[in-house]
Amino acid sequence: MSETARNDTLLDEEDSQKDKYLTFIVDGESYGIEIRYVTEIIGLQKITSVPDMPDFVRGIINLRGKIIPVMDMRVRFNKPFREYMERTCIIVVDIRDLSIGLIVDSVAEVVNIPAAAVAAPPDLTKRGNRFIMGIGQAAGEVKLLLDCEKLLTDEETEQLLNN
Amino acid sequence: MSDLRGDPIFEAYLTETAQLVGQLEELILACEHAGAFTEEAIHEIFRIMHTVKGSSSMMQYHNIAALAHALEDLFSYLRDHPARPANWSELSDLMLEGVDFAKVELHKLRSGEPADGDASVVIGKVDRLLDAIKRGRIEGEDAADGPVPSDGLYRYVATLRFTEDCQMANIRAYQAVFQLRDRLADFRHIPESLLDDPEADAVIRRQGFQLFMATDRSRDEIVEALSGTSYLKDLQVREIAPGEYARANPPAREAAGPETMDNGPPDGAPNREIRNAPGAHQTTIQVNVDKLDELMDLVGELVIAEAMVTQNPDIAGLQLGQFQKAARHLQKITKEIQDKVMEIRMVPLATTFQRMNRIVRDMSKKLGKSVALRLVGEDTEVDKNIIEHITDPLMHLVRNAVDHGLETADERAAAGKPETGVITLEALNNGGEVLILVRDDGRGLDRRGILDKAKARELLHRPEADMTDKEIFQLIFLPGFSTKEEITEYSGRGVGMDVVQQNIAQVGGTITVDSRPGEGTVFMIKIPLTLAIIDGMNIRVGDALYTIPTTAIRESFKAKVRDIITDPDGNEMIMVRGECHPILRIHKLFRVPGGRTDIRDGVLIMAEQDERSLCLFVDELLGQQQVVVKALPAYIRRLNRVRGVSGCTLLGDGSISLILDIQGLLNMNHGGENGHVGDRTERYVAG
Repeated sequence: MSETARNDTLLDEEDSQKDKYLTFIVDGESYGIEIRYVTEIIGLQKITSVPDMPDFVRGIINLRGKIIPVMDMRVRFNKPFREYMERTCIIVVDIRDLSIGLIVDSVAEVVNIPAAAVAAPPDLTKRGNRFIMGIGQAAGEVKLLLDCEKLLTDEETEQLLNN
Repeated sequence: MSDLRGDPIFEAYLTETAQLVGQLEELILACEHAGAFTEEAIHEIFRIMHTVKGSSSMMQYHNIAALAHALEDLFSYLRDHPARPANWSELSDLMLEGVDFAKVELHKLRSGEPADGDASVVIGKVDRLLDAIKRGRIEGEDAADGPVPSDGLYRYVATLRFTEDCQMANIRAYQAVFQLRDRLADFRHIPESLLDDPEADAVIRRQGFQLFMATDRSRDEIVEALSGTSYLKDLQVREIAPGEYARANPPAREAAGPETMDNGPPDGAPNREIRNAPGAHQTTIQVNVDKLDELMDLVGELVIAEAMVTQNPDIAGLQLGQFQKAARHLQKITKEIQDKVMEIRMVPLATTFQRMNRIVRDMSKKLGKSVALRLVGEDTEVDKNIIEHITDPLMHLVRNAVDHGLETADERAAAGKPETGVITLEALNNGGEVLILVRDDGRGLDRRGILDKAKARELLHRPEADMTDKEIFQLIFLPGFSTKEEITEYSGRGVGMDVVQQNIAQVGGTITVDSRPGEGTVFMIKIPLTLAIIDGMNIRVGDALYTIPTTAIRESFKAKVRDIITDPDGNEMIMVRGECHPILRIHKLFRVPGGRTDIRDGVLIMAEQDERSLCLFVDELLGQQQVVVKALPAYIRRLNRVRGVSGCTLLGDGSISLILDIQGLLNMNHGGENGHVGDRTERYVAG
């Protein structure tokens, strides 16, 4: 395959992923995450807890021989922890070469939200809104669109790093 | 410039040149140490420069080639005119400058950047030095030139004829060249292509094999080397003039005589052809480290898979004689494969140690201290990955030793010590681990100063009177102890001893320090031989699984309540054979729900490291097995320094077990940060 052809396919792939969001539910709220970050969705697995971790990091799981951390999105969003149930899912995302599992109440669907239908979040300073990069509308429903990078490198993490 | 990384010729060039440059550096330092460049050294340096020049110009890295050329000229002159320049150290400075230049360029190439450094400054210096030496010589003595040609090489032509019964004369000829080629600065032979040309055999049989060579070796040596060729019937070696030699070379091949008529197609780089051809004597190959890492990972998977089969729950408790036998066989082979892979990855510490020579040299010159570096046991081998991790810490320790550890010459004289300070780097095998000692005979650590500083930075958690000297010295490894006020050019560039410790801890190693005022300081680094696979004891606490490295376990036992001592702070200790050991309850420390709480229900494991011990309270022992150490995910490591856990491993059933870091647990226990366990053990022991 020639260089240009390969680039074209890459572009196509990126194009086909553009504006697509995987939506999931956490505590009754509908969230969206850019599909390009998502590697796979798996059911709940046995989680091995790791000492000295912040509450939202539940521990590590064995994903076919690869060990990845899992983060409880409820706790991450300062919602009360809820025991895991049958519908609980782990969305495995790949952010800047870091694999991490996001534990969510349930996964909904993949929706198309064009940039025009995304509004800026109302109040950035409010706690819990830190991870929201915009509010999208799809099929009359409102989805909170996640800023994936912030999930990993938000000021709270920085603080932990500096300690 | 296109990215050549991965291209075998490019990789070979990088590896080879880096090796040569390394050799060169060692050689120069050795010469400088000896106070003179011996004749052999000069020959050797010349040879290295020649090779570097050749391969660099072939790869079209003209700056490196030009520099090598200049140095080659310089050494060619030195070799032919064995007058000793007055100032050797100027020469070695210059050579090291050249070495550094080459290193930087090679590094650029390796990271995919063009080699665009400007060598003209160094080359200018080389030329000036050469001029100066020449002038000095002409003024000083008669400049009588020997019979050696201007570039210092003799030229020979050897004609080899093989016996009638010799099969594959071309292969024999190739062997002869192969044996000799290291000693030749340049060579060419007729027929030109030995292995690829189907006619070569016939040509050699008909008219013999002609080898034109340019070398610095004597005719006798060449004759001796060639006469070892098998099936040799007749050998003639004669010296020829450079002109004749040049005529034998490709540009004017026709002039070399009628023999060349049967030659294969002209080959611009006969040297490379020979090197890349499958050599009959080739006993070593170079392998990319990535491939070794992959192999290691695969072997890790194999070990896990083996455990999954042999410890499969489906066959648990069954009496399967044949199966057990086959399983044991499988285990044995797996273990052997693993050992071999480990062995392949082992490299001697020598290169790392020798890098310190350079640091010591540069620093002692700059600081005006006289320092000797002694290397002991540098042939000790450790895993490649580990070497990479300990180089920086070692450099830091050596820098510190020269800068802070050793006194100035005046101070040493006043203290009645020899003026030259000695730093000793020593490596030795100690069971499953390697010890590296960095020792200086300097002023020793300042006990009082460390205490004051620790107090000022609020790092002291225990009363001074309770602390042994060793414990006080250990304070320098705490994060936040080193500060910026003591930055000098060499040590303390904002990097403290805590970073040294962290780097070493990353590979599962530990560092301790001991010191005597006026006598010196010794840092002791303990590192495991290998990282990837360890013998571990699996234990259970509640639902959680942990693995303890077997090397750290002394014994395990059921505790009797009457042996347990609880101090007023609620810290538990146990008396075992008259010694008191703190007890660490894993369920409490890691907040594991469902763990047994009654000390009589569980098991105590006595773990020990660096003469410190503690008893871990766990629910039960699950058994011993080889485990493949995996690092915790990067995110977890970044988030926080997990204390007490050094990594994790996958067990046969796919579940994850955390590997306990005994050293870390001891430190937690020691710092008394945790509150769960006593920090006054020593007093009880003493009592």
